[in-house]
Amino acid sequence: MSTPFAKLPAWADYGLIPLVNLLVAFVVAGLVVLLVGENPLRAAAILFDGAFGSGQNIAYTLFYATNFIFTGLAVAVAFHAGLFNIGGEGQAYISGLGVSLVALSLDAFLPWWLTFPLAILGAAATGAAWAFVPAYLQAKRGSHIVITTIMFNFIAASAMVYLLVDVLKPAGSMAPETRTLLPGAQLPKLNWVLEALGMSVRSAPLNITFLLALIMAVVVWALVWRTRLGYEIRTFGFSPKAARYAGIGESRIIIVTMMISGALAGMMALNPIMGDQHRMALDFVAGAGFVGIAVALMGRSHPAGIVPAAILFGMLYQGGAELAFEMPNISRDMIVIIQGLVILFAGALENMFRPTIQTIFASLSPRSVGLPAARGEGA
Amino acid sequence: MAEAAIELIGINKSFGAVHANRDIHLEIPRGTIHGIVGENGAGKSTLMSILYGFYQADSGEIRVGGKPTAIRTPNDAIAVGIGMVHQHFMLVENFTVLENIILGAEGDALLGGSIAKARAELARLEREYGLEVDPDAIIEELPVGLQQRVEILKALYRGAEILILDEPTGVLTPAEADHLFRILGQLKEQGKTVVLITHKLREIMAITDNVSVMRQGAMVATRVTKQTTVEELAELMVGRRVLLHVEKGAASPGEVKLAVRDLVVKDVRGVVMVEGVSFDVRAGEIVGIAGVAGNGQSELIEAICGTRKAVSGTVMLDGRPIDVTGTADPGELRDRGLAHVPEDRHHVGLVLAFEEAENSILGYHDDPRYLRGPFLDNDAIVADAEDKIKKYDIRPGNPHLRTANFSGGNQQKIVLAREMEQDPGVLVVGQPTRGVDVGAIEFIHKRLIAMRDQGKAVLLISVELDEIRSLADRILVMFDGRIVGERGPQATEGELGLLMAGVEHKEAAE
Repeated sequence: MSTPFAKLPAWADYGLIPLVNLLVAFVVAGLVVLLVGENPLRAAAILFDGAFGSGQNIAYTLFYATNFIFTGLAVAVAFHAGLFNIGGEGQAYISGLGVSLVALSLDAFLPWWLTFPLAILGAAATGAAWAFVPAYLQAKRGSHIVITTIMFNFIAASAMVYLLVDVLKPAGSMAPETRTLLPGAQLPKLNWVLEALGMSVRSAPLNITFLLALIMAVVVWALVWRTRLGYEIRTFGFSPKAARYAGIGESRIIIVTMMISGALAGMMALNPIMGDQHRMALDFVAGAGFVGIAVALMGRSHPAGIVPAAILFGMLYQGGAELAFEMPNISRDMIVIIQGLVILFAGALENMFRPTIQTIFASLSPRSVGLPAARGEGA
Repeated sequence: MAEAAIELIGINKSFGAVHANRDIHLEIPRGTIHGIVGENGAGKSTLMSILYGFYQADSGEIRVGGKPTAIRTPNDAIAVGIGMVHQHFMLVENFTVLENIILGAEGDALLGGSIAKARAELARLEREYGLEVDPDAIIEELPVGLQQRVEILKALYRGAEILILDEPTGVLTPAEADHLFRILGQLKEQGKTVVLITHKLREIMAITDNVSVMRQGAMVATRVTKQTTVEELAELMVGRRVLLHVEKGAASPGEVKLAVRDLVVKDVRGVVMVEGVSFDVRAGEIVGIAGVAGNGQSELIEAICGTRKAVSGTVMLDGRPIDVTGTADPGELRDRGLAHVPEDRHHVGLVLAFEEAENSILGYHDDPRYLRGPFLDNDAIVADAEDKIKKYDIRPGNPHLRTANFSGGNQQKIVLAREMEQDPGVLVVGQPTRGVDVGAIEFIHKRLIAMRDQGKAVLLISVELDEIRSLADRILVMFDGRIVGERGPQATEGELGLLMAGVEHKEAAE
């Protein structure tokens, strides 16, 4: 028996296991809260209330989640090809350039609904181009993509500092940021949706990019599981040797997959620049590229897992900010610790409880694990 | 009858819903060679893993030398004198023989003392059992037969009284296998007990005293080897009568379909593995390439099928060249009618994580039949997979089941169905029945002969001499990267065995 443990039903694989991991993460985080002398239950209540307690808070949570959906999808697509794109941060950052060049040059002439599709293309093209270089180096030169994409994060950061300080900053301004975008490049808010549901939203940055993120989740699902390219990507990801045997070109898959991944990460730039601040500021990505790795891990690289995982991390961001405000003993760094624990249990230790849960499942209901015919029918 | 070295009483083991071992009773007398045969998935490996402490039985008792014994880890097994030689060697390749032997039994922080002790002990074992091997040789420089000897020495060094060998001859030449059997005979004479797990019934007949047959997790019979026959054992294993040798008529070779000339291929390390090989395969014949694993057969077929670049030489398919030194692409070769059943179905021929239906289009996923624009046409793919499942009797017949959940034989049928149903002109088959159970072997052999009779050119690579002899119309023997001889299907095993071992090199090259 080479595979003693059976496959779990999908709902347990994508639902139960992440939930158990999450619970453990919160229990351990609760111990940390206890350690600094606060009541963990009250802290959890504040965190949850801060994320979902009002229309305003929900809008903020979803605004952050939008960023994480894009970067999570980016990491997931690369995962399916067996590539670890750790450069979402840099790809998103440099894509700010694509977004703002389109926005800055067109916002005076076009309405937002014409600027937006062009800005999407700008973001995707810049992100894809930035991912192309490490992909090419991996495909043709064997330079490891983890190393090169990390390096490209630094290059992107330095390049953007230079551009914002020396090139894009309007004359006479003290802040390293572009000029404010005109309404022709300002995306409509989605707050009215929440208000229509009877919640009050004073001012929150949730905007139409959230819908784009959901659309991209569907697109990624179709791409990976329903297209020929997706089939080739998955084949390569599971077994490069089988891909070679099937006549699937290694270089092509690496380059195409990474460019799709980069394009998805790049679209993240739309959300803060055109949806919220209406200008490109220094460090607008703020770690979303790295959170995307955790989101993809937790969401098991499936869009149906990535969207809720992104909302979870949106909750930690938004609720965490409220928590730091309400409980002075819990600093911003404590919130980072809690996020770290979630990443640790949901991402890195993702398989810790899996064998136990599989055993429980197998003994409870053998049929549910897809094994009815595995025995006794070997020809 | 001698006292029992090992008694297994009522062993049960389940993995979830899979009852891998059910109520196993087995008694192995001291100082005997005991064979255990069974199809893949019959539970042989699980049983031996329980005995060696990799798994815990759900219920039942193990008695070693009459005493009930709890074996929870391999260390417990070693402590009571059970040693195991795995199918895939557990050796550190860049260590010397001595270093490997003391690995895990190093003793002090400084190695000096234990190395000296091991050297003395090794000399003794060598004298007693004829287990000759240079203690200072580096493992990766040793031939496979000697590496296996190191595994045996490792077990004996730890005081093994009971030695379990898992499919020990899969990687050996007939001569090496004979030598191994002589060693096992000597071990037996010295009072050691040997448990031999194999699917080769001839070996069972040749050297064991008793043989136990497993089927579907249960121990169905134990026989005294002298009082049984290969036919009876095969029937016990499969549960029905099996044709061990397929019937086939004479070949009627037609035009040359595949012509290989002066092919030179290197492996990943840059070592020349194929050194100027030339041969033809004609329509309507099966050409078999025999040889011990690692003599260049793998690299040869990989180069022909476009999954490995050749250094020089030419290959013609239907009179048109394949760019084997440049851009030959497996996809393009498929379009030209060259189908390839790779040696390693787990990593190359299949994606085990895929559903069965997804694997049934691997390599043919560009075919417009399976596509609607850029999208996969799932209905067409599943219908096609169901069709192949019927034709090739693939079980379980569920195209949505993960491929990893199929047995070895059925996995191989998935690959064969995919490649054969494309109606290729040339079929290159590597190890068609490796890890495949007896019942499926019969089916696969019949299919290959049917392909030949339809006028296809079949190139067969196999390390199983029996398979080559019963299928091939012409047998080429590969040794050290060269073809050292060609024989007809009537060639005796001894004759081929000598060629495979590189003896008669000059004579055979003629």
